[in-house]
Amino acid sequence: MPAIELTTPAALPADWRDILALTKPRVMYLVVFTGLCGMLAAPGVLPLALGFTAILCIALGAGACGALNQWYEADIDAKMRRTANRPLPAGRMDRQSALHFGVGLGVFSVVLMGIATNWLAAALLTASILFYVLIYTVWLKPRTAQNIVIGGAAGAFPPLIGWVAATGHVSALPLLLFAIIFLWTPPHFWALSLFVRSDYAAAGIPMLPVVAGVPSTRRQIFLYSLPMAASAVLPWLLGLTGPIYGGSAAVLGFVFVVLAGRVLANRATDPAQMAPEKKLFAFSVFYLFALFAVLVADRWLAV
Amino acid sequence: MKLEEEVVRRQRERARILAWLLGGFVVLLFFITIAKTGINW
Repeated sequence: MPAIELTTPAALPADWRDILALTKPRVMYLVVFTGLCGMLAAPGVLPLALGFTAILCIALGAGACGALNQWYEADIDAKMRRTANRPLPAGRMDRQSALHFGVGLGVFSVVLMGIATNWLAAALLTASILFYVLIYTVWLKPRTAQNIVIGGAAGAFPPLIGWVAATGHVSALPLLLFAIIFLWTPPHFWALSLFVRSDYAAAGIPMLPVVAGVPSTRRQIFLYSLPMAASAVLPWLLGLTGPIYGGSAAVLGFVFVVLAGRVLANRATDPAQMAPEKKLFAFSVFYLFALFAVLVADRWLAV
Repeated sequence: MKLEEEVVRRQRERARILAWLLGGFVVLLFFITIAKTGINW
């Protein structure tokens, strides 16, 4: 038998920091926070261990989405300045390890959710992971400028999952929370994509500013902010929450629409002059945190 | 640092983290079991 000679040295095992980076921990905060708020806004209280596990599973599910997203988009990430230093495009990790890690983490999070809380919550977690990976990352993102509109549903699942983990069933309020995040996602991401659009164009991703142009994107941002602000007040108008939430949602929504109006009025095409867009993006993150925080405050202070 | 040394260092680091995570998981399963069986301390 001829001797087999290895001509290339074995690759280094990935550093644990790179494995952690695969889960996109920085975008996990909002997912965990909205999931926690959905759980805390639900009637009844879960035992601490089960509540903690439910949130952990939502975080692990989000981590699995991040890993599978980076596995699938390694070649696109290599073309964008913002993402070129991620573990896969930078060559610090091989793609197969990322795939195994993502699938393993996703399956683990779903099974643990089912064991700790209920299987409806586990099914919703499965749906959110599959929606993000298959519908958004693989199907919509590279094909249509409406990727964010439909793909935003994946990020809208956490409060619904948190609620179902606590109660075992779906009702009107968590569905409205789902709708709020669903309508919030397009103006939030399009504000960002306006001032980083050269990156998306370089990678060939059909984000709205690249395909439809800057003025059209500004119009869409403003148009989406109106139903988003209205849907945020709806839980109060339907009597599902109290005045603390209702008043706060109205004020926050008003500010959001005003900032979206300033984006609409802006004529600049140079990212350096896109202060209204940057302001709207920053406020949109604060908006969601504040809205869900007052939802929980309203529920607990009303008791 | 030599390549072999770096490989061993990373493997050890990952093994240590995995051990902690598995330990944490066992503790978590214990508390999940307690909560599911409805025992109040």
